[in-house]
Amino acid sequence: MPDTLKCDVLVVGSGPGGYVAAIRAGQLGLDTIIVEKDRMGGTCLIRGCIPSKALIEAAEKFEQAGVNASGTSELGIKAGKPTLDFAQTIAWKDGITDKLSDGVTGLLKHANVRSIKGWATFTNAKSCVVDTSDGPVKIKATNVILANGSTSVELPGLLFGGPVISSTEALDLTEVPKHLAVIGAGYIGMELGIAYRKLGAEVTFIEADARILPGFDKQLTAPVAKWLRDHKVTTHTKAFANSVTSKAGKNTLNYTDKDGKKASLVADKILVTVGRKPCTKGWGLENMAIDMDGPFIKIDDKCQTAMRGVYAIGDLVGEPMLAHKASAQGEMVAEILAGHKRTFNPNAVPAVCFTDPEIISVGLTPEHVKEQGLPVDEGKFRWAANGRALTTGTADGGGFVRVLSLKENGRIVGIQAVGKHISELSGEMILAIEMGARAEDLAGTIHAHPTMSEAIMEAGFAALGRPLHST
Amino acid sequence: MAEYKFKMPDIGEGVVEAEITAWHVKVGDKVAEDDPVADAMTDKATVELTAPVSGVVTTLGCAEGEILAIGSDLVVFEMDGDAPVQHEEPKAEPKPAPEPAPEPKPAKTEKPTPAPKPAPVPTITPSAKPLASPAVRKAALDADIDLFLIIPSGKAGQITHEDLEAFLNGGPQKKSGSSGNLKRVGSTDINVVGMRRVISQRMQEAKRRIPHFSYVEAVDMTELEALRAHLNANREEHQPKLTLIPFFMRAICKATLLWPQCNATYDDEAGIVTQHHGVHMGMAAQTKNGLMVPVVHHAEALDVWQAAAEVARLAEAAKSGKIKPEELQGGSITLTSLGPLGGVVTTPVINRPEVAIIGPNKIVETPVVQNGQVVVRKMMNISSSFDHRWVDGFHAAEMIIYIKGLLEHPATLFMD
Repeated sequence: MPDTLKCDVLVVGSGPGGYVAAIRAGQLGLDTIIVEKDRMGGTCLIRGCIPSKALIEAAEKFEQAGVNASGTSELGIKAGKPTLDFAQTIAWKDGITDKLSDGVTGLLKHANVRSIKGWATFTNAKSCVVDTSDGPVKIKATNVILANGSTSVELPGLLFGGPVISSTEALDLTEVPKHLAVIGAGYIGMELGIAYRKLGAEVTFIEADARILPGFDKQLTAPVAKWLRDHKVTTHTKAFANSVTSKAGKNTLNYTDKDGKKASLVADKILVTVGRKPCTKGWGLENMAIDMDGPFIKIDDKCQTAMRGVYAIGDLVGEPMLAHKASAQGEMVAEILAGHKRTFNPNAVPAVCFTDPEIISVGLTPEHVKEQGLPVDEGKFRWAANGRALTTGTADGGGFVRVLSLKENGRIVGIQAVGKHISELSGEMILAIEMGARAEDLAGTIHAHPTMSEAIMEAGFAALGRPLHST
Repeated sequence: MAEYKFKMPDIGEGVVEAEITAWHVKVGDKVAEDDPVADAMTDKATVELTAPVSGVVTTLGCAEGEILAIGSDLVVFEMDGDAPVQHEEPKAEPKPAPEPAPEPKPAKTEKPTPAPKPAPVPTITPSAKPLASPAVRKAALDADIDLFLIIPSGKAGQITHEDLEAFLNGGPQKKSGSSGNLKRVGSTDINVVGMRRVISQRMQEAKRRIPHFSYVEAVDMTELEALRAHLNANREEHQPKLTLIPFFMRAICKATLLWPQCNATYDDEAGIVTQHHGVHMGMAAQTKNGLMVPVVHHAEALDVWQAAAEVARLAEAAKSGKIKPEELQGGSITLTSLGPLGGVVTTPVINRPEVAIIGPNKIVETPVVQNGQVVVRKMMNISSSFDHRWVDGFHAAEMIIYIKGLLEHPATLFMD
């Protein structure tokens, strides 16, 4: 057994939580080690957010080319029938993840963080053994940041393997399946299902809830539901997947439909996206004397666990299981370890759904304000009345920006939007809420014309009861 | 369309009116049968009233915090179709409050697909925390300033860098050259409703009607504490940890055999005192809504372990709101302990219609002269109050001195 490595900060996992924590700790002069079994970047960079966005972009371009070829382009563009070299698409996507992963490696190096490749298993709260290709390495740390992330939830009866795939495999297929069945119409399943539909697959959703994207309100999901209808995507709601049988290369998915009747369909691939669960097994968590909060690790407002000097961030510590939350926590914990005063206390954590059209939700929704009994003014502005949105096609799928502000003082407590290509507008929305802006602040800020961001200003006017470009 | 008048049901023996502490519905709401419509509170318990029919609420009988007589209109529903024949008053199932929200029923039991995780619920608390930009929050944290202390200048209550700066420079009063502490301005009006109103009325009646006589005696608890430590160190696994309460209970049970007039209830309207043979000991307990007095019935029949378990059970039930109305009734004498707070002396208020209340204070190691030597003993005061209309001071003092004797010689607690 080699000598024990010692460090101020040991980070386990190099996803957007872990690598940010390690970089910041390194920048602050803390002697930091990061342990990662796979490539740097975690689920987000390697098999989640980024590769799925690459696939979605390629699918969008391919679909558009198809429209041009069909001669129905309203813009008057005509072109020949496109073909898809899907292997090249995947290679392009891999190129992006490689670039980002290498970038993270470089940033860690620049911040003087030592990287160790292997699987860390904790023997006690501050010590672990990393199983590397050169044999086991012992590490003893003063402080530990756990950023082990999450994995896809499996369904009993539909274990991953063969035709049953998780989002990870769905991002690395060698060809576009003829028929893709997606179990779970949450945001992950929706994003991938829509992308594969655009790439030419027949797509069927099986959803246990009464409607798609049950986490978002109906007004927000209606344009997505319309897109699915227009593109002949079948959605079985209140339906439950039971099992898959494969015979002679034919995979049959058996499910129970909304009337409780047994039904089945034939699919080339069955994508199961019924949620994610924290990775809390197989790395010695049970040896660390840490309190749990349901399936998650219990933390305080500084992300500290029940064990002094052990912190946990990201998907390990609960909803929302989103990369940007993990990064914010990681950056904060590194600063706390360097002696800075910090708490995790955001006004809101945004959620973006890269469906077609895209959905943004920041802060409270109309359902939340109703539950909490908050008197609010609602200001809504439709893309159809925004000039730039008409030129970019954003208005085609319907959709709107919605601002909720407190009647009492105009403070904005929630902004949601749905529309094509609008995810990039989320920044202003979250900044408004984080800075405690009032509807007047949105309305009183001169927004550049012609841009889609004007719709946010208009929604601010609407919340004040005096919209300019709508009635 | 038909109208259905839901009358305030009879929610307990002898109850003629109840306070509506909360409405769960408002006019215009569609309500399904068995949905909760209101919380009604009597001096005995809080009861959740549920809708006897499905329909749309057209009238509410009173405002929150108002008192409604049994039998008066509570809610008027408008119903589809014919109204059911209005039988006699639907009897509400008295349930102790607060009732936890019913667990949502699983959609299907044999469902093999777990529902997808809901999209992350945004966290935002409009009024629960001060409003400030991230930079201001960080600056306040660095300066160890709680943002709650700062007077915001923003129209929506936003705290700016300037507000923080002003606070750090001593606040608005700085100009007058004072201490730098901010004046606290304004006041808060609180409606005395619900449990607090019941407490208020009962305290008022107790003090208005009963001429209280209070008596305090010092007790040497050293021996009893040694016994208690021994019992706790050697208890069986199923036995609860003993506090002093079970021993006090035992002492009071013994004493009331000799002074039965103290284990009594006084109906001063009728002019009758009832001396109880069993000892039903009220145990004053602090809950988040205020003082409650659950009753250990027949305390004389319990040994110290059983008494400890029963007291723990009642205290928990009172705190969690799951106590049954009958567990709050029928006391014949009350034991009130402030626990570790204790104090030197208290002047307990009698839990009418009882006539006596006994409140042990805090144990303090005290130098005591014994046989010409100064020794350290664990001393404790017992405070008590008696209804002087019925209990004479002489007898009250006798009883407390007898209790002192029992506690100082713990073996006598367990001897007949």
